[in-house]
Amino acid sequence: MDLHKLYLSEQLEGIKSGKFSSTELTTHYLERISKFDEDLNSFITVTEDQAIAKAKKSDERYKNNTNLPLDGLPIAHKDIFCTKDVLTTCGSKMLSNFEAPYSSTVFEKLDNEGMVMLGKTNMDEFAMGSSNETSYFGPVKNPWNTEYVPGGSSGGSASCVSAELAPVATATDTGGSIRQPASLCGLTGIKPTYGRVSRYGMIAFASSLDQGGVVARSAADAALILEAMCGHDPKDSTSLNLERPDLTTNLNNPIKGMKIGLPKEFFEKEMPSYVEKSIEDAISIYKDLGAEIVEVSLPNINLSLPIYYIIAPAECSANLSRYDGVRYGYRCEDPKDIEDLYMRTREEGFGNEVKRRILIGTYALSAGYYDAYYLKAQKCRQLVANDFKEVFKNIDVLLSPTTPGTSFKAGEKTNDPIAMYLQDIFTIPANLAGLPGLSIPCGENAGLPLGLQLVGNSLEEDKLLQFAHSYQLNTDWHSKMPDIS
Amino acid sequence: MALSDQELKEIAYLARINVKEDSLPSLKKELEDILGLFEELNAAETSEISAMSHPLDLSQPTRQDEVTEENLREELLKNAPSVQSGLFLVPKVIEGEE
Repeated sequence: MDLHKLYLSEQLEGIKSGKFSSTELTTHYLERISKFDEDLNSFITVTEDQAIAKAKKSDERYKNNTNLPLDGLPIAHKDIFCTKDVLTTCGSKMLSNFEAPYSSTVFEKLDNEGMVMLGKTNMDEFAMGSSNETSYFGPVKNPWNTEYVPGGSSGGSASCVSAELAPVATATDTGGSIRQPASLCGLTGIKPTYGRVSRYGMIAFASSLDQGGVVARSAADAALILEAMCGHDPKDSTSLNLERPDLTTNLNNPIKGMKIGLPKEFFEKEMPSYVEKSIEDAISIYKDLGAEIVEVSLPNINLSLPIYYIIAPAECSANLSRYDGVRYGYRCEDPKDIEDLYMRTREEGFGNEVKRRILIGTYALSAGYYDAYYLKAQKCRQLVANDFKEVFKNIDVLLSPTTPGTSFKAGEKTNDPIAMYLQDIFTIPANLAGLPGLSIPCGENAGLPLGLQLVGNSLEEDKLLQFAHSYQLNTDWHSKMPDIS
Repeated sequence: MALSDQELKEIAYLARINVKEDSLPSLKKELEDILGLFEELNAAETSEISAMSHPLDLSQPTRQDEVTEENLREELLKNAPSVQSGLFLVPKVIEGEE
């Protein structure tokens, strides 16, 4: 049986009803990983032995009727989430030998529900990149066409789910790192409201923007796992003090009568005709489902990219100052004094994109430039957030493309940082305002998938998922998977 | 936005990242391009706007001042590149007699 073709709820049902065991399901995925991942490189670490041991325990719980809510379902974790006694590298040479002394809350929550970790997925170094080419552990390939990138920074998570080497994977999104790879790999990816998912044990890049989430093969799968990841965590001071939301019960609610806003500023941008066509098709499906479509304006949204490239590097330069070669991680050979130890450890331990962003951030925060750059960016960020606040008085969700196009070839943008940054032009605004956003597959071009982005009002993940789910009940883009055999 | 070699070296030193002399020109060009992006913000009218440091408009939660973490010294030292007598070892910092 092609177990990997089943959606999560079907896999859970299969285990519950005794059609197959968690051990069989887990072994099935581990075999697929060993068969296909050498080429894709979507995993940094495969935790085979631990996975089998976990699956066996899960099967025992079913026997004893003590099973947990998501018991026995396999999952891959982005290598940004600390997992106790398992290598956690963040895609960097700096942490290439780091075994976390504790686990992230995200891992703990899913572990407590009985999920089985298959391994840790590859990613752009410290989540900085949009193509998964900045990883110290080598680039990840797109299963739809291995000459193309899977997107980033959660490229390993997207690649492995798209190739069905894992049924679902955790991911993180600072400026689009869940939604952009979901778009490029034909998946459903959701970033919840800032503060929904605990950042404890999630290695920091830009703390006011980073948010954990999930990439899956359907909105229903994404809802099931995201729900289990959410909830207040006293270990994260920015965690929202709210009950875990119910994202699954109302998934089938109709969207009839709800309002979709089309941000005028996004649709004024030049787009390839296949993007325009796919988005128009999606809009007409939503019209048929009874949604009302209105044009809206977010006058400051085009400031998002420069705002992001001041704030994110500024926070990154502060967060990454902890990597000094003293307490953990990489240390250079034969340092002649403490200064030399810092300077060479950081020169050798970080890759080019990470160093670029640390330097930009250091500059933006340095004396004499702080007001002109950082303070100005924070004020402009408020303008963007105000624009969203205003439009959400009248609409339910915002719709746009997720990415300016389908995937691009490996190497195509590696020497042009700004071309790479433009990949996130549609996704960054939601991070600035802390809003939930998701990407669902809505078309293709030349055999590569393309995503549609929906952004919701604060805390309205349930509504976003309803929109995504009703689209998927009426289209089959999400069920198309690449042929990797 | 032009950066001088000297400015670039100062930034690199502030960030404690060694930059090789021969990589200065390409790095300078990349950083200048990125800084160029920022000029778009100059046109935005922000005199009446307060800075947004965070997406959440919430106060910081407080907790009782109680010890919640156990002593993880051995556990934490396991990841250290160099350790002696239960302490992180670094090259000599304090000047003085040998």
